[in-house]
Amino acid sequence: MFDGPSVVAALKDCGVTHIVWLPDSELGTWEAALTGPNGLPLIRVCREGEAITVAAGLMLGGRKPVVVIQCTGLFEAGDALRNVVHDLKLPLFLIVGVRSWYTHQEGKSGDSCPVFTEPILQAWRLPYTLLDRRHSSADLAHSYRQAQAEHRAAAVLIAE
Amino acid sequence: MPMTQRQALATLAQHRGDHVVVTTMSAVGLWPELSDSPLDFAYMPSAMGHAPGLGLGLALAHPGRGVIIVNGDGGMLMNLGSLATLAAHPANVYLIIVDNGLYEVTGGQRTAGSGRVDFAAVARAAGIGRVHAFDTLEAWHTGAAAALSGPGPVVIWLKVEGRLGQKTPKPPRAMAEQIQRLREALAR
Repeated sequence: MFDGPSVVAALKDCGVTHIVWLPDSELGTWEAALTGPNGLPLIRVCREGEAITVAAGLMLGGRKPVVVIQCTGLFEAGDALRNVVHDLKLPLFLIVGVRSWYTHQEGKSGDSCPVFTEPILQAWRLPYTLLDRRHSSADLAHSYRQAQAEHRAAAVLIAE
Repeated sequence: MPMTQRQALATLAQHRGDHVVVTTMSAVGLWPELSDSPLDFAYMPSAMGHAPGLGLGLALAHPGRGVIIVNGDGGMLMNLGSLATLAAHPANVYLIIVDNGLYEVTGGQRTAGSGRVDFAAVARAAGIGRVHAFDTLEAWHTGAAAALSGPGPVVIWLKVEGRLGQKTPKPPRAMAEQIQRLREALAR
């Protein structure tokens, strides 16, 4: 389960300093935990590419942000992702909600989002881990810590 | 007297103080002739339109340090929403929009908003409280010190003459070296 309080607690335990986000309806349920007394500084942006470059500025300044967006926004943010990960070579970490993943697995969805999310990340050469209902915030934290330890960018896909 | 971009940036160089200066696109080619500070960051190669986001992140990471972003009108048009983001997250960001009406780095094609978009009005409508517009060198020279001090966010709209036939500029240093210099300077 990826409820807001457990995700926020896990990210804080990892040393994350900021969340930069443009959430979808599932990730958006984390808002109360993020803005509550035990939350994290939350930066709201207007486009997903902007989230990536705000995070880049934070990283240049020595902070440890995480970007939280939906896969649709990932598609929009390709040039920012390319630039930050491959030109600036910053250890960007993304949490990406994959819309319609479960219904797609069951063959019951006409939504093309699950079709393209993983190939897009592969094309941008961004390592990723897919987390579904069997996983927990501890798995999210493990992916973050592993990427940070290896000084590389990475994404976690949250099945929706 | 109308300004050239070089004249506009020369005035900025006189008044930047100890602010970080993030340049992008055509300003990347001119700024190294005027400044060689480790607090200079040539955002090239860049994701066009995203310099305001990068600058905001830097300013939020270092609240005691101002960050000047030298953006073009073409880049600004690509990401007008960044004005709303700047307004929503108060930080000492000074966003300069150098408006020549052209995509200068690709040779000088007109932007969709060339000569029509009132960037000062757009910035105010997005919620930016401190907005300045200068269309002559004399006015910019007189107003620069005040515009570049005090709390941000600040938007400064500079109307400059366009240049045709320019080549895409290159940053003065490799990105890895720029990042190292900037981080060391910010840590002092």
